[in-house]
Amino acid sequence: MNEATSNTATRPGHHGVAAPVTVASGKERRAPLSDATKIHSKDVCVFYGQKQALFNVALDIPERQVTALIGPSGCGKSTYLRCLNRMNDVIEGCRVTGTIALDGENIYDTKLDVVMLRARIGMVFQKPNPFPKSIYDNVAYGPRIHGMSESKADLDDIVHGSLERAGLWNEVKDRLDSPGTGLSGGQQQRLCIARAIAVSPEVILMDEPCSALDPIATAKIEELIDELRENYTIIIVTHSMQQAARVSQKTAFFHLGNLVEWGETEQIFTSPRDERTQGYITGRFG
Amino acid sequence: MTDFTMPSVAGTATTRLRKPDLSPGRISRRYAAERRFRLYGVLAVSLAMVMLALLLVSIVSKGYSAFMQTRINLDIAFDAQEIDPQNTHDPAVLKAANYTALIRKALSAQFPDVTERIDRRRLYDVVSNGADLQLMKMVLANPAIIGTTQSVSLLAGDDFDMLNKGRISRDVPEAERVLSDKQVGWFDKLQSAGRVHYAFNTDFLTSGDSREPEQAGILGALVGSLLTMITTVVLALPLGVMSAIYLEEFAPKNRLTDIIEVNINNLAAVPSIVFGLLGLAVFLGFFGLPRSAPLVGGLVLSLMTLPTVIIATRTAVKAVPPSIREAAYGVGASQLQVVLHHVLPLATPGIMTGAIIGLARALGESAPLLMIGMVAFIVDVPHSIVDPSTVLPVQVYLWADSPERAFVERTSAGIMVLLVFLVLMNAAAIFVRRRFERRW
Repeated sequence: MNEATSNTATRPGHHGVAAPVTVASGKERRAPLSDATKIHSKDVCVFYGQKQALFNVALDIPERQVTALIGPSGCGKSTYLRCLNRMNDVIEGCRVTGTIALDGENIYDTKLDVVMLRARIGMVFQKPNPFPKSIYDNVAYGPRIHGMSESKADLDDIVHGSLERAGLWNEVKDRLDSPGTGLSGGQQQRLCIARAIAVSPEVILMDEPCSALDPIATAKIEELIDELRENYTIIIVTHSMQQAARVSQKTAFFHLGNLVEWGETEQIFTSPRDERTQGYITGRFG
Repeated sequence: MTDFTMPSVAGTATTRLRKPDLSPGRISRRYAAERRFRLYGVLAVSLAMVMLALLLVSIVSKGYSAFMQTRINLDIAFDAQEIDPQNTHDPAVLKAANYTALIRKALSAQFPDVTERIDRRRLYDVVSNGADLQLMKMVLANPAIIGTTQSVSLLAGDDFDMLNKGRISRDVPEAERVLSDKQVGWFDKLQSAGRVHYAFNTDFLTSGDSREPEQAGILGALVGSLLTMITTVVLALPLGVMSAIYLEEFAPKNRLTDIIEVNINNLAAVPSIVFGLLGLAVFLGFFGLPRSAPLVGGLVLSLMTLPTVIIATRTAVKAVPPSIREAAYGVGASQLQVVLHHVLPLATPGIMTGAIIGLARALGESAPLLMIGMVAFIVDVPHSIVDPSTVLPVQVYLWADSPERAFVERTSAGIMVLLVFLVLMNAAAIFVRRRFERRW
């Protein structure tokens, strides 16, 4: 509630200056945005038992950009996110209809191997959840089970590279053998990101990755997301509209299981077409 | 979540707000209740400790003396005439010789004044009637001693052992005593001659059961229990863990799995004797497996232990946080990989706890084993899981049932061995559990 109400255009922005919400697409861009669609979804409905949680969602996720999914609690944004790597399969009584295609290939095709799908679409969760193993083993787990390394040196390279890209290498390089659960919350979350990128996914799903972190750790993760979008398609669910505005190029607003509106982040935050979006981003409800 | 109209609703509240009661009486009552509760806890723990101490003191005070044994030194003349008159050194001849006669001669030489037939027979009871085997083994090991006289330490008869240990009182009138005054006198004479020794009873730990208490040992039952437990662990643990993991992680949740779950819980409550009868009917009757064997004992006990292991494993698997599963699925682990790499290691401490509880119960179980013939009197130490054998609790039961005074201490000593076995087994399981325990 607090988060939502604080997000009016007149409140101090991220840099402590009284200014309208800073929008990422307005920043300097390192790579030109290709608007090629990475994930195409149509008529996606999700049912938990008898209850319908998502209604005919149609959303196209562009390649190598950050797409933010926003909306009030229980609006279905996490449910939609979990459809994309078929994480809902694990949930008892959950049913998904409609089509979701990754690079034109239907991911709900019965012939598709769900394990390979999840290797292509990595995920970072709300609560940092490192395995109760060493930092090294946390990152090496994915490459190991997918047979991605020929030798120990290969694996070392993957672990090093992933931790480097997750911005964690300098902090943990001397204690790769200590347990991953011993790191601070922010470091754990970056470890989880390193673990996700270690299997070289094409897409990274992030389910409120900063909601359990303090502002400094959050800033680091946001910076990281901005760097990662050069190589990965990122979809992030967030409750913080400032965060959505800061890190994303595209934003989709969900409400009560419906996709209300989606488009350029700048457009969603400055001139929303739907009055529900308008109401949400100006903090009238949420 | 359209809650911007909330203040107007709150403003119309008419009930007066109550303040918490902070009176001193209320606070002191709360403190008193907490103190009382702690006191009850301390009392309960103390009571349990006292009971345990009583049990242990009673068992140890009765049983410690079984680990010591009275022995009598006699000068045995290995008479060639008696053992091997033809000087063949043939083991068959040496085995068949009458060594008892050698002992009797030595005793008679010690007490030349005992001449009456009935007295002499009583005199011979000073030495265990299994002592001749000891002489035979000596001769077989070293035939050169034939023709010499050796000082040999022989096992004392059980009653004299009891007398030496003070378990048979000299103050009791002769008519109520197992040993006559004469026998006591002979023993005292041997003792004053320095021929009575009191030494650690290695035989108790290295031999099987016997009808003679002084020769009875625990090793047969110990090995029997060990073999039975190994069979039980090998069968019950993988079967139980795999069933539990299948039911918890892979099986569809439907009416059939519900029925299976209810039945497993029911099985855990079935009296053990029923499993014994089942084993008798199925394993002995139908499959024709050998009677009295640790194999069958282990089969029966693993049936009994399975429900405990399954229930414990399911609880442990359920307790693995879903975030770990999600994390593993998220990097593309298959269901089997999630289970083998993450769920199972994290559930191992819980599984081990369940296994300890189940196995401890199985180790102490005697009723089902009576049904499959593990109650038989077996002298030989079993060498494999199909050899006839008995187990520790059944051995304790058998000894407790024997009339000789000397079996009382053996019964307690048997219980002590059983407890040590149990403690070692639990220590091993706790060691495994510790190794797998992870901090979060």
